[in-house]
Amino acid sequence: MSGTIIITGNHAVSYGAWSSRVRFVAAYPITPQTTIVEMLSDFVNTGKMKAEFMTVESEHSAAAAVMGAESTGVRSFTATSSHGLLYMSEVVHWIARSRLPVVMVVVNRAIAPPWSIWTELLDTMTHRDAGWIQVYVSNNQEAYDMVIQSYRLSEMKRVSMPTMICMDGFILSHTFAPVTVHTPEETDEFLPSYSPLWKIDPENPFSLGNMATPDYYYEFSYLMHEAHENAKKLFNNVDKEFERFSGRSHGGKVHGYMLDDSESVILAMGTLSEEVMVAIDNLRKRGEKVGALKVRLFRPFPAEEISKALEDKEFALILDRSLSYGYEGQLATETKAALHTSGIETPVINMITGLGGRDVTYKEIEKFHGLAKKKVSSEKGPFKPIFIQLKR
Amino acid sequence: MSKLKTIKEYPLIPASKPSEGAAGRTGLWRTFRPVVNLDKCIGCRLCWFYCPDNAITISGDGKVEINYDWCKGCLICFHECPVKAIDRVVEEFG
Amino acid sequence: MGKEIKTVKDIPLQELLLPGHVACAGCGMAISVRHVLKILGGNTVVTVPACCLSVIQGLFPKTAVAVPLKNVPFASAAAVASGLKAGFRLQGKELNVVAIAGDGGTYDIGLQALSGAVERGEDIIYFCYDNQAYMNTGIQRSGATPYGAWTTTTPKGKKERRKDLGLMMIANGATYVATVNPSFPMDFYGKFLKAEEKKGPRVLIGYSVCPPGWRYTPELSIELGKLAVQTGAWILWEFEEGVFRFTGYSKRLAEGKAKRKPIELYLEPQGRFRNVLRDPEKLKALKRGINERWRVYRKIAEVYSSSTPG
Repeated sequence: MSGTIIITGNHAVSYGAWSSRVRFVAAYPITPQTTIVEMLSDFVNTGKMKAEFMTVESEHSAAAAVMGAESTGVRSFTATSSHGLLYMSEVVHWIARSRLPVVMVVVNRAIAPPWSIWTELLDTMTHRDAGWIQVYVSNNQEAYDMVIQSYRLSEMKRVSMPTMICMDGFILSHTFAPVTVHTPEETDEFLPSYSPLWKIDPENPFSLGNMATPDYYYEFSYLMHEAHENAKKLFNNVDKEFERFSGRSHGGKVHGYMLDDSESVILAMGTLSEEVMVAIDNLRKRGEKVGALKVRLFRPFPAEEISKALEDKEFALILDRSLSYGYEGQLATETKAALHTSGIETPVINMITGLGGRDVTYKEIEKFHGLAKKKVSSEKGPFKPIFIQLKR
Repeated sequence: MSKLKTIKEYPLIPASKPSEGAAGRTGLWRTFRPVVNLDKCIGCRLCWFYCPDNAITISGDGKVEINYDWCKGCLICFHECPVKAIDRVVEEFG
Repeated sequence: MGKEIKTVKDIPLQELLLPGHVACAGCGMAISVRHVLKILGGNTVVTVPACCLSVIQGLFPKTAVAVPLKNVPFASAAAVASGLKAGFRLQGKELNVVAIAGDGGTYDIGLQALSGAVERGEDIIYFCYDNQAYMNTGIQRSGATPYGAWTTTTPKGKKERRKDLGLMMIANGATYVATVNPSFPMDFYGKFLKAEEKKGPRVLIGYSVCPPGWRYTPELSIELGKLAVQTGAWILWEFEEGVFRFTGYSKRLAEGKAKRKPIELYLEPQGRFRNVLRDPEKLKALKRGINERWRVYRKIAEVYSSSTPG
């Protein structure tokens, strides 16, 4: 029977893997990911989960072992964070280029030095181009739901690409909230058993990934792109199907909040977008016509949906919790490119916020919005990124 | 050169099928050609065992035969034959 | 593989490394891999990290290897093999999973993953074809390059000794550890057949000549393998269930039934040892290294002469 329990974001993920009938887990501990895999280890050891848990000696091997198991046609899972993701980076690419629908949760955490265990999105942002579908979640229920939905989407034969579920360290990973969970038996209704695009089979031997000359390589990259295009088309369908199954929708590729009559829009990802919505409520009370856009899917990038949401708005304020040194926040760059492609001239103000886990409160966001509004009305672009929380 | 002319002919994953001549006709690499003297061959199969190129086969009478399509001319067989039943000659491709 | 192999004539004719592959003429690895696949047979899955074997398969859409093979990142052969084995186990499939890697992918960049897999007791076979340098990239020094050997990154000869992977694997707790050398066909087959029957992590280290990297004429490939053992530069041994044994000609040497041939016989045909042969001090140091190795191994054989009681 499905039921509602009060658990952390990390444990929501563990339950998601349980509900999805994951058969193989390989993982290496890193703060703040550890409690995900501790619980999975417990599930496997108590027999709650009929799976194998491999305690590997590094993240590189975690991803490698998962790649091996998934190649045999077994649904596999891993989770990591920050330096762990950077260390397994090579295999992250290999999994995607092998077209294996692995699901991995990355608990976002800043990169050293100096050591920081707090949230920032740079770890997953640097894997934007690794071929994985990237989803950013902002609450415990969404974290749970997206594990199940990600297997559904990734394992579709037209997709056959892995998914990286990105969630903020501590703010989400360690915060308790009620989560409705479904048993594996119930979940079967939404998530069919895994039928892989390919698997290793001695009856049909082939070599996967031997040398391809420039005459051949190009097309495989195109096929990955095509798979992402398919994922983009199917993402909202999966969200709808999941809604029919569970009664819950998270809005699809992007989740708009009070957009219809809004004059300006604040864009954010992850838990920051929840904070933005609180700020919107307050700003609305003061008569500000402002809406929010939570960008849930980052790869494939929902350029059309974002462009549509920003069309005819006075300006967009984009809050990035990561920075591409020498340019600006990644969501800002992507959004501006999307607007340009659509011929939309809505001004964009980018603010760099929350690096290394610095708190970003709704009160601050209300102020950020006021500053952005003033800037847009008093200055002509181009607008450079604003380091709004810098101690000056 | 490419056998896959359009994207539609591609497999979705870079999977290669087991085939002889994955590197083409490697026999063309030879500068020396090993030649078996069947009168001397005792069918011990040592040359067959040591051949890195799997270019030596055992014929019906138990003696060995060299497949010049694949033999790269390393001459291990020439060097190792315990009864000196293999000669070497300079390769002259016909 | 079922059938008993007593002579070369008992070896099955079926080939799983198909002809027309990319290996250099006289390649030692190609000889070994050809026979490893014969022994393990079609019910085998292979992982191959970056190494000569990742190239000798040939070019997409063809491959010379006739069993399922997953090419994998350089450092990951043992970890992917662990995952593959787990995946098959979860589906009740009995398959040999074997990682085949060069010395760079084993002694150096892949050592951590191998060590982890051995520590976890993974049910895999790991075969390192040890050609004693990074050959695929054009002959650079590795942790397995012997003292004195020239490589492109040790132009005056390597100053340090090579790592001892075999001893590391014994200490690491592998079920079965052995050295093999294709110049000794029956010793080679005997060890792989034994490895196939066992469970747990089995590590085999293969002497693997490289004509372009070692600077010698390819026809000497098998001859060099024999000389390596006869001079004591390469020791044939196996370790199982707490017992260490010298095997083949190395056993005769250990028991004093044969005398080690002069090392110069092994060094002289190889251009990579030219610096050593020119310098008496270096030659002395190289000999000292070999003597030392034998001293250690004799001691190991003594300690592990029978299974630990109790």
